Amino acid sequence: MRFSLAVIPLVLFAALAGIFLINIDKDSSVVPSVLIDKPAPDFSLPPLPGADKGLSRADLTKGKVSVLNVFASWCIPCRAEHPMIKRLSNEADVPIFGLNYKEKDPQDGVKWLEELGNPYQAVGMDLSGRTGIDFGVYGVPETFIIDGQGQIKYKHIGPVTSEVLEKVLLPKIAELKG
Amino acid sequence: MNRPFLILLGVIGVTVPLLLSSPAHAVNPDEILSNTVLEERARDISQELRCLVCQNQSIDDSDADLARDLRVLVRERLVAGDTDQQVIDYIVARYGDYVLLNPPLKPETYVLWASPIVLAILALIAVAAFYRRKQRESGAKPDKLSKDEQTRLNEILETAQKDGSK
Repeated sequence: MRFSLAVIPLVLFAALAGIFLINIDKDSSVVPSVLIDKPAPDFSLPPLPGADKGLSRADLTKGKVSVLNVFASWCIPCRAEHPMIKRLSNEADVPIFGLNYKEKDPQDGVKWLEELGNPYQAVGMDLSGRTGIDFGVYGVPETFIIDGQGQIKYKHIGPVTSEVLEKVLLPKIAELKG
Repeated sequence: MNRPFLILLGVIGVTVPLLLSSPAHAVNPDEILSNTVLEERARDISQELRCLVCQNQSIDDSDADLARDLRVLVRERLVAGDTDQQVIDYIVARYGDYVLLNPPLKPETYVLWASPIVLAILALIAVAAFYRRKQRESGAKPDKLSKDEQTRLNEILETAQKDGSK
């Protein structure tokens, strides 16, 4: 009896240590998307000023795996991840679409792409942020991988780093392309 | 003044103002609906929905841009004729159960809901076991000294008396 009582703190400690060990790499602020394996929401967004093509759900259902990157000129991490989106467009043979999220001025997105380069096949301008909400966006940048039938297969929340690009996004795209 | 009284006074001094004060809300005047019934419902719904940017505030309390957009969205759905549950389902369909500050009871959350009850029961068992053992220990000790102990005590007292009378 006495011995088993003495063991309790030890067991509790081991259990807690185990839980902490499992969660040490987990970012608790990342909320997993409920839209995984669900069809992308219906949307139709106008183009950036001066561009001729906007973005709609039809672009995501053309039988090809595609990437949808949510970005904004006011978003500092978006600036940081932009080179990785360019790398993605070079290294993965898939169309990359941009969702320009909640610019104060439509020209802001245009200037941003002129300055940093435009890796997107088409960009839709979501001034109201409603399409973002339909996609469950809560912190830009976010990057969705969508299969040829328009099903959302993966979502990365936060800036894409070279590690995320190489270890997560590229393998996931390759896997979906089969 | 005694200590328990001071502690009680301190507890009252902290909690009563907290209970009386209403928390600050982030709802901007331009978001408020002219229909007071709908606005009241919108406020109730907003207080149940978590702001995903700040995570421990409701969208009713949060100043975040997304919280504002969601507040406006909630009001739009209400004006369009949605029930409260339809509005909540609309947001949950996009952001998941995580947006609910009051988590629903379902298989994934059984552990969450059951753990306080289980812990309370375990604590009660532990307290009961502690007192039962204490009782048993005090019951095990006889009130009177045993014969051997009495003899030994007498010896000690005698020696002490002898020493004292020297």
